[in-house]
Amino acid sequence: MIGFYAAAGVTLAATAAAITRANPVHALLCFVVSLLGMAVVFFLLGAAFAAALEVIVYAGAIVVMFLFVVMMLSLDRAAKARERDWLTRPVWVVPLILVSVLGGALARVWVLRAAGGVIAVTPQAVGVRLFEADLGAVELASMLLLAGLIAAFHLGRQAE
Amino acid sequence: MIPWTAPLVLALMLFLLGLLGLLARRGLVFVLMSIEIMLNAAGLLFVAAGARWGNPDGQIMFIFVLNLAGAELALGLILLLRIRARLPDLDADAADLLRDAP
Repeated sequence: MIGFYAAAGVTLAATAAAITRANPVHALLCFVVSLLGMAVVFFLLGAAFAAALEVIVYAGAIVVMFLFVVMMLSLDRAAKARERDWLTRPVWVVPLILVSVLGGALARVWVLRAAGGVIAVTPQAVGVRLFEADLGAVELASMLLLAGLIAAFHLGRQAE
Repeated sequence: MIPWTAPLVLALMLFLLGLLGLLARRGLVFVLMSIEIMLNAAGLLFVAAGARWGNPDGQIMFIFVLNLAGAELALGLILLLRIRARLPDLDADAADLLRDAP
């Protein structure tokens, strides 16, 4: 219980830090911390498989790919200074208003009276459901990845 | 015992933080990262809903959200590299013509 709130606090703080940094590499490292906190949240919710995927695939593969590309962009001091110049206080006013309106509307929906805790779901149950009932969706997901691969190859080749 | 509404509130707050970053930031790297934060919050919502009923479908949807995030980020990063090759800075407002500048 305390572990859940600690992990949730770390996740929220790291995410808030990630969206306010001026340096993209710092922001991405904060995002990695946020993802690791999220993995702890998943584990405490009894979703061990999702927690492992969050660490291995999201923090380990997707964000590291992001970091490589940011390093390939070769952002210099001028780019970082420009990013810092964009981070003025008035920039946040209108987004904060819009986000608080949306948050107020959603929070009203989510004041739920129903009590009860969470139930753990084992990786075995996930695997059985995924490769028996949802096999077609797995094929569709693989086609989505193939389409992404082909499109990325095509766009990347034209850059030469 | 973790009350099942707690992860829903966490997902809501993470989604709102991602939306805030998406609306407020101009750098394209931060725009892509904010989209990732929002997708991640949606994934947390699926896992939390699955944990409420002890149903594996929540984690399965999380796997598909992960899949989608990977494909979307790969294309987004390639477009980022292309924009970087053409334009001097990674400004979301600099590429609003959708063609070469006159």
